[in-house]
Amino acid sequence: MSALTMPARPREDPTARPVPWRRMAWVTWRQHRIALTGVTVFLGGWALYLWLTGLQVHHAYAAATACHPAASLACGEMASNFNDAYGARAEAIAALLQVVPALIGAFVGAPVLARELETGTFRYVWTLAFGRIRWTLAKLVPLAIAVSAAVGAFSLLLSWYYGPFVADGNQTALAPTVFDLRGVTFAAWTLATFAIGALAGMFIRRVVPAIAATLAAYAGLAAAAGLYLRQHYLAALVTSRLNPPATAWIMSVWWTKGGRFAFAGLPPGSLLMRICPPSGMGSGPSRFKPAPGTITQCVIRHGYTQWTSYQPASRFWPFQWIEGGWLLALSVLLVAATIWLVRRRPTAA
Amino acid sequence: MNQHSRRTNIVEARGLGKRYGRTWALRECTLAVPAGRVAALVGPNGAGKTTLLNLAVALLAPSAGEITVLGGRPPGSPPALDGIAFVAQDTPVYKNLSAADMLHLTRNLSRRFDQAYAERRLAELGIPLKRKGGQLSGGQQAQLALTLALARRPRLLLLDEPVAMLDPVARHDFMTTVITAAADDGMSVLLSSHVLTELERVADYLILLARGQVQVAGEVDDLLASHRILTGPAAGAERYAERPVVHSARDGTLSRLLVRAGAGDAVPPGWQAHPVGLEELALAYLRAPGGREPGPSDAETTEATI
Repeated sequence: MSALTMPARPREDPTARPVPWRRMAWVTWRQHRIALTGVTVFLGGWALYLWLTGLQVHHAYAAATACHPAASLACGEMASNFNDAYGARAEAIAALLQVVPALIGAFVGAPVLARELETGTFRYVWTLAFGRIRWTLAKLVPLAIAVSAAVGAFSLLLSWYYGPFVADGNQTALAPTVFDLRGVTFAAWTLATFAIGALAGMFIRRVVPAIAATLAAYAGLAAAAGLYLRQHYLAALVTSRLNPPATAWIMSVWWTKGGRFAFAGLPPGSLLMRICPPSGMGSGPSRFKPAPGTITQCVIRHGYTQWTSYQPASRFWPFQWIEGGWLLALSVLLVAATIWLVRRRPTAA
Repeated sequence: MNQHSRRTNIVEARGLGKRYGRTWALRECTLAVPAGRVAALVGPNGAGKTTLLNLAVALLAPSAGEITVLGGRPPGSPPALDGIAFVAQDTPVYKNLSAADMLHLTRNLSRRFDQAYAERRLAELGIPLKRKGGQLSGGQQAQLALTLALARRPRLLLLDEPVAMLDPVARHDFMTTVITAAADDGMSVLLSSHVLTELERVADYLILLARGQVQVAGEVDDLLASHRILTGPAAGAERYAERPVVHSARDGTLSRLLVRAGAGDAVPPGWQAHPVGLEELALAYLRAPGGREPGPSDAETTEATI
């Protein structure tokens, strides 16, 4: 084989400017275009479906709200029909969409570093002049922004889709299933899961286990946030009014008597039997059942007070910013930890 | 080769050690490889060769001691990344990127890249630019990785077991490319290998590594000139004490000793002296349990004789 002769090597550049950042743009796109295209197709398909069904929802809702006079029986039936027709499907969609941040974070975020470590190509790319810390940043930051922006745009559509359900007072905007689909939190959850994935990939160094770990971490964090954290973002309001706003997110209900705690939730049956026995007791299966309101009134007449703690719907945006804020801070921390590992972690030879 | 590169140590280690858990993969490693050489890092599997190379490109951090490259630069520093091309063992290319994409990626992430050279060489090797890395044969992948490394015009080329996966013809072609490139522009080469054949043709500097420690290091010519094979009666082997014995072996009724002795040293009566080949010298040191040459001074005196 005739070896090629090499032209003389240029003199070493004393200024030694780093390789420009923009040169990573092609690399990041080339290596992750399939994942990004997948995200676009996935969200695009959902968006098309939500847009088409959302038009029906908005049409039906407009008809229901245009009903006049609003207090009439016919109008009440229309509003009720609207919820019957579309409410269940909207809730099912909301439940399904909870996995979107998990899927995107896991399948885009986890492989970024795990694949390089698993296949060994990090030994190649980390020893090029661009430098491995800058390489990591130039991959993670644009990808994180891309997936968060895509999901952010998608959640605008969701806000539109769920607008009628939130506005008609049957569902609170703070309810766990819809709260994190709207506003800034959907994008923030995607960002945080992406960052979890990147760190898991760097730590575990294998693609599939890193994806699994990311999904598990998201599930745990999302459940913890929905069940325990979110209700404490701001101190709940407490009222003794019997009818807190219909759009409020009810935390708990309890009763007091004479300033002392009596019981939580609904009045226990033994108490009711004693102080508010249903009339017509013992008259068989067709006995008269008092409406719950009547029981409540009866219990109150006996000196009990009902207390309700709740988060008013007006706190939707403060809660959005609080949740978006801590997720953003968490993401920054996770990316910093990833960079630290890239810098420090001794790679097995 | 210019005067500057003559004086520089392209890789220099002092008391370098790397520990995984409680096991030392590399220990008390002190060496100074002068610039402009094709240096071979030879040792059995698990001797610490890969560890040493990974330390030289900052893919590992030392547990003890220190290592510098390109004349005192810390590994992983911008000039070191710029001036060193590293071809790792077994995993040289992205399987899902085409050869053209590999050129593009490397060109984008390097401070200089000789695209024309790379394309000419791939054409000469018959590697289609559109072919994905995973569809190339092992030999082609190794050649592609070498092409990418050379097109970066490095001052130091580090090759980890470059020919282990190659058949003899591909191995010969690969090493020809390396030594031609080294001769053309004075690029230094440090390559690790557990394959001893062809070493004599390729290497002019030898580092023998075994059990995580440097057994011997020096210019090939000096090493060959300072060692002799003595053959004589098997019974006399125990009594031979004139010069340090690196390794002794019995061959029927004859003893075969590798001794540290020059051509001018006297040969005891009844013994015959022969020059030693590089392969035999390397094998002898690798087999000798305590055959380690006395320490760091070796590398430094070698340097002083340049």
